[in-house]
Amino acid sequence: MNFFYQFFFYLFGLIAIASAVTFVTRKSPVAAALWLVNTMFSLAVLYIMLDAQFIGIIQILVYAGAIMVVFLFVVMLLNLGHPSEVADIKGLGARLVAGAAGLALLAELAVIGRQQLPELIPAPPLHANVVNPIAAPLFNEYLLAFEVTSVLLLAAIVGAVVLAKRRV
Amino acid sequence: MIVESLFFSAVLFTIGVVGVLTRRNAIIIFMCVELMLNAVNLSFVALSRLYGMTGQVFVIFVMTVAAAEAAVGLAIIISIFRHQQTVNLQNINILKG
Repeated sequence: MNFFYQFFFYLFGLIAIASAVTFVTRKSPVAAALWLVNTMFSLAVLYIMLDAQFIGIIQILVYAGAIMVVFLFVVMLLNLGHPSEVADIKGLGARLVAGAAGLALLAELAVIGRQQLPELIPAPPLHANVVNPIAAPLFNEYLLAFEVTSVLLLAAIVGAVVLAKRRV
Repeated sequence: MIVESLFFSAVLFTIGVVGVLTRRNAIIIFMCVELMLNAVNLSFVALSRLYGMTGQVFVIFVMTVAAAEAAVGLAIIISIFRHQQTVNLQNINILKG
């Protein structure tokens, strides 16, 4: 691994974490959503640096593009841009419980992460097609799951329309 | 790079959990759930460097489920807002005994 690769990997990882911390501490939902978009862009960079270019692009298109736009749309539709008068962040007790839960989770993940990892699979050559290696298992081994996903999306569309409609 | 990715993923997931536990705005809690899904995606992608392409296929499925979940969840939030005029979870307690 050369130095620039490592430098940018750490840089974008730290940007992702810093944006996530800023995201959970913002009062205004619009600011929080925009910081979350920042986190997602940094994650897309990490995906591309981990040789998952297709996933990186999909991350930008689907998460940063579509899902977060829907969130922002709902925030503005409900006119929630200003922080509400009722305190949004819970009291000290809940914050302590959350901090303890977070520390416990981190410790658990650190213990799991101490295991020896197997060898890296050699990275694909630079000019290789990046979509084929994902498409082959998706449309062969996981074809049934893929088809079930389409039913799930249909159910979600119908459910969203029925729930958000004013009157049946 | 794999160990660092798993570390970043763990930290992001923890931030998401803390956000869910400390916030009261339903939309922000939803966004924290999205952050947790993103953290899991990062570890899937990192581990796909060790165990083959299946991890990236799973990331695509996770993204699909996340999109469906966001659509249905936001529709539920809109319909709650229509009844209660708020998305603050402290005021939404009609199921409380």
